[in-house]
Amino acid sequence: MKKKENMLYKTLWFTGFAGPAAICFVLVMLIPFIYGMYLTLTDWNGISAEKVFVGVENYKAIFRDGPFWHSLVLTVAYSAVSVILINFMAFVLAYLVTSGVKGQNFFRAGFFTPNLIGGLVLGYIWQFIFARAMVTAGQNLNIGFLSSSWLSDPVKAMAALVIVSVWQNSGFMMLIYIAGLTSVPKELTEAGVIDGCGKKQLLCHVILPQMVSSFVICLFLSITRCFMTYDLNLSLTDGGPFGSTQMASMYVYQKAFVSKNYGLGQTEAVMLFLVCAAVSIIQVLIGKRNEVEA
Amino acid sequence: MAAKKMGNTVKHGILIVLLAIYIFPFFMVLINAFKEKVDVIKNPLSLVGERGFILSNFPDAMEKMNFFRASWNSLLVTGISMALIILFSAMASYIMAREKWLICRVFFTLMILSLAIPFQVLMIPLVSIYGGIFGILNHRITLIFMHVGFGVGMSTFLFYGAVKGTVPLEMEESAALDGCGRYRTFFQVVLPLLKPIVATTVIINTLNLWNDYLLPSLILGDGRLHTLPVAARVFYGAFSSDLGLLLAALVLMIIPVLVLYLLLQKYIIEGVVAGAVKG
Repeated sequence: MKKKENMLYKTLWFTGFAGPAAICFVLVMLIPFIYGMYLTLTDWNGISAEKVFVGVENYKAIFRDGPFWHSLVLTVAYSAVSVILINFMAFVLAYLVTSGVKGQNFFRAGFFTPNLIGGLVLGYIWQFIFARAMVTAGQNLNIGFLSSSWLSDPVKAMAALVIVSVWQNSGFMMLIYIAGLTSVPKELTEAGVIDGCGKKQLLCHVILPQMVSSFVICLFLSITRCFMTYDLNLSLTDGGPFGSTQMASMYVYQKAFVSKNYGLGQTEAVMLFLVCAAVSIIQVLIGKRNEVEA
Repeated sequence: MAAKKMGNTVKHGILIVLLAIYIFPFFMVLINAFKEKVDVIKNPLSLVGERGFILSNFPDAMEKMNFFRASWNSLLVTGISMALIILFSAMASYIMAREKWLICRVFFTLMILSLAIPFQVLMIPLVSIYGGIFGILNHRITLIFMHVGFGVGMSTFLFYGAVKGTVPLEMEESAALDGCGRYRTFFQVVLPLLKPIVATTVIINTLNLWNDYLLPSLILGDGRLHTLPVAARVFYGAFSSDLGLLLAALVLMIIPVLVLYLLLQKYIIEGVVAGAVKG
């Protein structure tokens, strides 16, 4: 048997089983990734046959690209607020749903519903709510801050994006928190009760420390989702009013496919990825350090 | 005990209010889809418009959005991509989980690393390579191929864990003793044991594929090939002032998903949890 395991044998069996997956993976992810790195060193416009090699020019150009920084700062601010609210909401929902009320499966399914529908359609739904339904309600009831469309004010439009993102993602994160809450060992909570813990103490000192890994997962997922938001941004505000809500993903798209600056667009996409990766990695490391042995 | 009951009633109340808020946007879209355009603009909050309850928005939207063609496109792309992702990644994960060869370890590591890479980093090179160099955009097959390329990483990872964790080596060994080749062992012994994880990957991939907008919008320029989200975007651009029609289109897109959700709710939620926690 041993003798048969030579290179040819391995390659044949690997190709036989993993070949199709490996080919698709290499052609769609690996090569484009490497080619993308190469693109950041060129000034290609997406059309001309020639790609002039410009070295690190694009990386320098990022620092002069004011609108890109605007979109990146906006993305970071949006993500920070959304991530906190998403996880707060998700945890509250999970806590309420698992507290033994009637029909918890019904509630769980209900809160998860927005996740079945793509960001594009969700954005259109809320566009109608913010631009029409809320305005009518505001005018009828004489509520000042509702009587004009939120989507035509730069700050309120960002708030609208945050609201929809919380609405959309909290149901998903709730499921992970439910899984975390239900896996806290019964003996621990019982011991807490016997030792005279109140509800609050039980939550803060017994349950929460057991759930660090759920928090790490949820924070990781919500950070990456918020940083890369595109569909929702497109359908809810389309970057408006006057480009004030254009976040980084959308900016990169515009840079490459509308302004035809593939080289710089790709460099900025890589930049966005690096910022997001750095934030998530730091988050995971801090989380891991706080994890409690069960 | 009485205090606990009170607490639960309060919690129940809070949950009902929250759920009502969560569902409210869907409800608004639904009631306004049955109104004339002027009624939607005049009072979107009323249950029924002044000009009455109308159904005509739906056939109108179906026709103008090419709803059936777009649904068929979505179904085709999602179905084929999903089947290929499952087949390819289950097979790949099997050889990777059972053999410690260098090539297996290299590919598995690369696939795991790739999970961290967002689509935005790859979209420009993808369009450059497949549009610029090969000129094969605008085909369903190209889209399916890319969906598979993006999907296999995550699914292989999920299958890998399941093969390592739930498939007993002894069963494979005895199958081999009985004269099964590797393929037969995989398809007749291993794959049936992977059913739960197949269900999980089917659910996760279907949700992602069906709702994907950015990739299909970059690949499919030809309107006849548009999937539902892309068709919706085009439709919104063309009929932006005809509110009743737009809302009817949204309802058309939401209803099939919700019906499926009602039927398969338990599996969908379990699948999403399994996928998210392991991922």
